[in-house]
Amino acid sequence: MEQIVVDPDRCTGCRSCELGCAVRHSKAKTLLGAISESPLPRKRLFVETFGGRTGPVICRHCADAPCVKSCISGCLYHDERGFVRRRKERCIGCWSCVAACPFGVITPDPVLGLAVKCDRCHKSAMPACVEACPTGALTLADLDAVAAAARRQVLAAEAGQKKGA
Amino acid sequence: MAATTDATIQAMLDRAAGEGIDLAWDRYQKQLPQCGFGELGLCCRHCLQGPCRIDPFGQGPALGVCGADRDTMAARGLGRAVAAGTAAHGGHAKHMAHTLLAAAQGKAPDYPIRDEAKLRRVAARLGIATEGREAAAVAAEVARAALAEFSEKETPLAWAAGTVTPGRVATFARHGVVPCGIDSTVSEMMHRTTYGVDADPVNLLLGAVKCALADYAACHLATDLADILFGTPSPVATRANLGVLKASAVNIALHGHNPLLSDLVAQVAGDPALVAQAQAAGAADGINVVGICCTGNEIMVRHGIPLATSSVSQETALVTGAVDALVVDYQCVMPSLASVADCFHTRVITTMPMAKLPRALHLELTEGEARATAFRIVGEAIAAFRQRNPARVQIPDGSVAAVAGFSAEAIVGALALLDQDDPLKPLVDNIAAGNIYGVCLFAGCNTVKVPQDANYTRMIEILAGHNVLILATGCASGAFARHGFMSPAATDRYAGDGLKAVLTAVGQAAGLGGPLPLVLHMGSCVDNSRAADVAVAVANRLGVDLDRLPLVASAPEPVTEKAVAIGTWAMAAGIPTHLGVAPPVLGSPAVTRVLTATVKDLFGGWLLVEPDPEKAAQALLAVLAERRQGLGLSA
Repeated sequence: MEQIVVDPDRCTGCRSCELGCAVRHSKAKTLLGAISESPLPRKRLFVETFGGRTGPVICRHCADAPCVKSCISGCLYHDERGFVRRRKERCIGCWSCVAACPFGVITPDPVLGLAVKCDRCHKSAMPACVEACPTGALTLADLDAVAAAARRQVLAAEAGQKKGA
Repeated sequence: MAATTDATIQAMLDRAAGEGIDLAWDRYQKQLPQCGFGELGLCCRHCLQGPCRIDPFGQGPALGVCGADRDTMAARGLGRAVAAGTAAHGGHAKHMAHTLLAAAQGKAPDYPIRDEAKLRRVAARLGIATEGREAAAVAAEVARAALAEFSEKETPLAWAAGTVTPGRVATFARHGVVPCGIDSTVSEMMHRTTYGVDADPVNLLLGAVKCALADYAACHLATDLADILFGTPSPVATRANLGVLKASAVNIALHGHNPLLSDLVAQVAGDPALVAQAQAAGAADGINVVGICCTGNEIMVRHGIPLATSSVSQETALVTGAVDALVVDYQCVMPSLASVADCFHTRVITTMPMAKLPRALHLELTEGEARATAFRIVGEAIAAFRQRNPARVQIPDGSVAAVAGFSAEAIVGALALLDQDDPLKPLVDNIAAGNIYGVCLFAGCNTVKVPQDANYTRMIEILAGHNVLILATGCASGAFARHGFMSPAATDRYAGDGLKAVLTAVGQAAGLGGPLPLVLHMGSCVDNSRAADVAVAVANRLGVDLDRLPLVASAPEPVTEKAVAIGTWAMAAGIPTHLGVAPPVLGSPAVTRVLTATVKDLFGGWLLVEPDPEKAAQALLAVLAERRQGLGLSA
């Protein structure tokens, strides 16, 4: 399964991912067109900075998703690929999901009265945020490969320790 | 998206791709996606509390740390771009003025005054006495008047106020945008856009207009002085595109903007001793000087030196493996040239103390030893030729004919052949009769963001077909020249019946045995002032101001800050000006509205942003129709 992977060490805080996200969720699909739409399109990920660390915070599309569990109107659901998505017409603007999300990446749209969240750009091969990232802080990677790389890093770190000792 | 529509350049792109040589288009791909904040003009690095950005979607910050909003940021950014463009044209003009003064004082023997008539005309316009005076004395006074334009005077810039219509002067004064110094106006713009100064977007934009008018003065001054020192262009037949390079000759490519050195290289390249030296080195056809970008235009319009290629494709000249020396002055000179040259034997030579490239050979141009430097440069080219690997030479076939050199004087001169007493009458009458529907000045650059030349060639087909008279400068003229639009054959093929009849009548009267070329090549980008001169003369002849003429301008593939400055003064001159690539201001609805609409009420001109060449041409035709109706002419 492919997942958006964040490497905060590579994030320069340029916020290009946020712009790319908003443009992808506009009618025009171009930056120049999107900025003049009404209502303005909304981003679904957030570049945050805290404690000297900067990076994009994104929806993890949790398997056991607190937002889906909290949704009382049957709006949020897991699609066939496991992405947590909305049935927009069912959202009643109760904001339960906003409160429930441990990552804080569901936000209320005050104009439309709808909860706004990442749809993993399910219609495109490449999520807009990944496409917009100039430094590789956001990448689309196979989860198994990510885990395998992490396992190899564990070994590499242990080998390094032994050499040091 | 195709990179270029010029087949000779495409051949070199293919070669570069095969050999792994990165060019501008490859570097552009690596830049993608480009920063949306920058694209919209919504970032500011003017103080150390930044960089600040404003979220165009309204969820993030609406104000920078200092409180600057999106309108302030975009207007400040545009103002600084205009200032940079003005500084560039001003620097170019200042070099010309220093050289003219040195020439007048006998300190620059390599720079004789070649057009004394123009010197006296410019002097008369400045109110300098010419009657019974030596050329050197007049030249010294003109040069001093020129140098005085740079600092802050108590009077308006002579090269602006003295070269536009009375109506424009009144309009500029009414809106408080009369510049009194070129450098001082640049300096003022840097001041008002620094931390905590001007924050009013409209006031900033008026400041940008004032700075752009200083740019206009700088351009005009540079053109006037270049003509005095090197001659005023008149029509000359030559050729264009990469096919002008010769396998059998020492190829010297001159690139940049200022004719101070390039003209001398063009002058000495025919020296019999140098030619013999080249032939002794094995170059049967001696020395072949070609131009690139606007230095190329300068020597094309004055000496008929063929134009190899234009700004965005400058590197492709080196990819032929046939350029022995690439000599550059400044502006639009890509830092990458030295690395591309590393793949071949080409010697890259810089000539200006303020414009060096790492690893290039630097042979500095000084007024006292200009000719000697030019000789040395040709010598370096011959030495490099000896190291050329003939197996590495690939020159694309198919250079095309081009007729260039239509200064304002040359255009009026050609018209005078039809009506000696009132040269502008044939032009005015044909505009009135609709044989000439209007005039479009094409200016500006080529950009990696548009398939090279595609906007130019599509727009000219539509406009010329609707009998619009086409003028061109800078890399716009390069585009037309390389595609064969600067020829009488193009007039036969593309011009509407009315335009064809007029161009043929003038061409016949001039003894060309055929029509004038479809595009009148007026010179380099600094020479946009030549087009302004023609427009001003026509306006004065009709007794109307520029903002009523059926005249439009287009920079369909713009790149530089100089182009932003030129576009801004064209707008202020009352000329509706099309841009095929938006300047970075669209993040501010207020600034966008002012530049595309409100400014029309203030100055009569405005910016029209349209990336689609088809729609752009139609929009310009609609503007011309409106202007014609305003003058009571048939639309």
